[in-house]
Amino acid sequence: MSLQATWFVLICGLWSAYFVTEGFDFGVGMLVPVLARSEADRQAMFGAIGPVWDGNEVWLLIAGGATFAAFPQWYATMFSGFYVALLAILVLLIVRVVSFEWRTKSQHATWRGIWTWVNVSASYGAPLLWGIGLSSLLYGTPIAANQEFTGSFWSLFSVYSVLAGLAVVALFALHGAVYLGLRGGQDEVRVRAQALAFRLAVPAVLLGAAFLVATLIVGVTRNHQGVWSGLIVLALALVAAAVALVFAWLRRPALAFVATATTIVLAVVMLFVELYPRVMVSSSAFANSLTVSNAASGHYTLTVMTVATALLLPVVFVYQFWTYRVFRVRVTGEASVTPADILAPRAGRPEDPPSGGGAGSDA
Amino acid sequence: MSTALELARWQFALTTLYHFTFVPLTMGLAPLLAVMQSIWYRTGDERWLRLTRFFAVLFVINFAIGAATGIVQEFQFGMNWSGFSRYVGDVFGAPLAIEGIGAFMLESTFIGLWIFGRDLLGRRAHLACAYVVWFGTWLSAYFIIAANSWMQHPVGYAINARTGRAQATDIWAIFFQRLTIMAFVHVILAGLMTGGFVVLGVASWHLLRGRNLELFRRAATLAIVVVLPVSVIQLGWGSELGVAMTNVQPMKIAASEALWNSAKPAPFSLFQIGGFSASDPIPVFSIEIPGLLSFLATNSFTAEVKGINQVQTQEQTTYGPGNYVPDVRLAYWSMRVMAYMGTLSMILAIWGGILVWRKRLLQATWFHRAALAGIALPFLANFAGWILTETGRQPWIVYGLQRTAAGVSSTSSTAMVGASLAVFVGLYGVLAIVDFWLMRRYARLDPPAIDDVPHGGAPAPAPQY
Repeated sequence: MSLQATWFVLICGLWSAYFVTEGFDFGVGMLVPVLARSEADRQAMFGAIGPVWDGNEVWLLIAGGATFAAFPQWYATMFSGFYVALLAILVLLIVRVVSFEWRTKSQHATWRGIWTWVNVSASYGAPLLWGIGLSSLLYGTPIAANQEFTGSFWSLFSVYSVLAGLAVVALFALHGAVYLGLRGGQDEVRVRAQALAFRLAVPAVLLGAAFLVATLIVGVTRNHQGVWSGLIVLALALVAAAVALVFAWLRRPALAFVATATTIVLAVVMLFVELYPRVMVSSSAFANSLTVSNAASGHYTLTVMTVATALLLPVVFVYQFWTYRVFRVRVTGEASVTPADILAPRAGRPEDPPSGGGAGSDA
Repeated sequence: MSTALELARWQFALTTLYHFTFVPLTMGLAPLLAVMQSIWYRTGDERWLRLTRFFAVLFVINFAIGAATGIVQEFQFGMNWSGFSRYVGDVFGAPLAIEGIGAFMLESTFIGLWIFGRDLLGRRAHLACAYVVWFGTWLSAYFIIAANSWMQHPVGYAINARTGRAQATDIWAIFFQRLTIMAFVHVILAGLMTGGFVVLGVASWHLLRGRNLELFRRAATLAIVVVLPVSVIQLGWGSELGVAMTNVQPMKIAASEALWNSAKPAPFSLFQIGGFSASDPIPVFSIEIPGLLSFLATNSFTAEVKGINQVQTQEQTTYGPGNYVPDVRLAYWSMRVMAYMGTLSMILAIWGGILVWRKRLLQATWFHRAALAGIALPFLANFAGWILTETGRQPWIVYGLQRTAAGVSSTSSTAMVGASLAVFVGLYGVLAIVDFWLMRRYARLDPPAIDDVPHGGAPAPAPQY
């Protein structure tokens, strides 16, 4: 496999990692208005993703950085071209970070309501825009011969891209429900999440299937692809989705989680399989499309990046694996939402707490 | 188009300075937290554990915003500066990508482990996490500084004849050029000063209030032990970086001194009114120290320092006709703000050192007030430093290789970049207000009591003293 192809696969892998990990925390955010019946429920739900959402977002940073280094022309055309969508995503991601941090900083119901609403909206908005944006790479946007984007924000919208956006939202919601069923804090929330997971699974699987089939059709008609490679991925993805449905129905959250994660990975793979060797299809003239060769860095840089990644990525896997082992215990009921809450549990307590040992000399 | 360029520059400047409010504090607090926890680990003195947790709250609030605004930094290169990304992405992208995989992931994961794994990890493993966080934050800074130093002094690349774009040819030169090492240490020292002065300032507030005295006396002492040597070294190191910069970008140093014509020896201007434009090169009023600029720029009191006009002529010969003079007034004053804030920091640190030495730290209320105000010093110096580094390189985005005007996205319209700038100013403004309020609120709390089971599920050991 050429280095360019290797990096195409790696970037597909990084987007998959981002969607699988941040996917469930977006999903949990989406489900807050549906599943939470009290402030305690909301606390429990946000608490279930409290320790992980921050790390999940790092995959996005890495996917962006890898695209920059390995395919600078792809990075430049996509990021300058999808300007408004990316700006909106940045704003949504930032307000979401802030909502996690600040929601619990006051007892006031209005304050908490505002930040809950902000978090929920961002949890819907960002995946919707990612779905629309990434699927537009395949559907095609106006790109000139000099590789510059010539369209507008509305160039990203087609029936296909909106379907992709909705499918991403639906799959993430399901993924989040399954995650909550797995480690959703309070028993009530967990039970409700498991029930909801099954109800969500049907529309999510249908939307996902529609996206997969549409991707195959778009790949064949607009990107000159053959049928077979896509069909194989499509079949695998449909099997994974069906398995997710079954395990959701059987209330087996661990297995269902593996299945939804696999479905999401295969959906990303489907898109990338239909894309290759293009990275951005041009709707102005097919010949203007960006490909893994005309958008890539030189051989030297790709070699350096490959060596660096081969050395670093296994280390990442080791400590990530270790982290999940450390946190394998189920997040419990009165989950603390933010690090600050955990660290300063006695916030606002006016007096010096009695402390053991020689610490009594304070004050 | 030119307006879109101006707006894109404003956006980059504002978002970068904003991001760099949080970054040096992370870089400086991480080692202080590791040291605090280590002292507790070694001595069993619970006060150090309470201090660790107290400052860890400030650390995580700060880190969350730093991380969120960091994504903007990365995306911005593609969104507003696609000309730059196209032309040098082959070289510049690598340190950014490796930073993500090798450092930022490490940092984020281990901060999570350190905060949330407190009750799940053994004492030793939990302490080790603090050290990994420290290592990760500094490693992260290294890659970013390597990328920036390459923009200051591009090395290890060649222009591809077919594409007409820069391509990496020597990754060791790109990652380990002398300027990178010099700038990295400068930034690390700046981070330590930022972390140190924040701890010192917050501790002083508590000492002024007269509560938790034994706790915050220790925190203040630790901070002084750090900032005293660091602020002294930083003055010397900063001037060494100036020498290194004179070698690669003589214009930046000439502009930062408003030195229009070569001088031998060159005086250092402490303060001046006027003299900031080519048509008006003589200041109306100035205070100078003879020969000092020669020393700062070359390490010799008698050497010649090239003036702006001479470098301009020289650059025209090299790069063709054009104006190669940056904003002299901005360069001059940012250099002064940085140097003066650095000097004030050192004076404050020495004052603190004397108080610690004479065991009078608790009673020194004037010092506490000064230290509280002193929190602003490192932040002002940090801002000024980046303003000098980045505006002093103009009109280049990559020195000698690509002009800033060529780096901006050709697709961006004034309306788009204007809207984006407005969105970030609004969003970051609100963020700043609420973050400041949050930090202030947590900084004023009493340190948390240790009544949980702090490690490994085992009961807390009885303190030994």
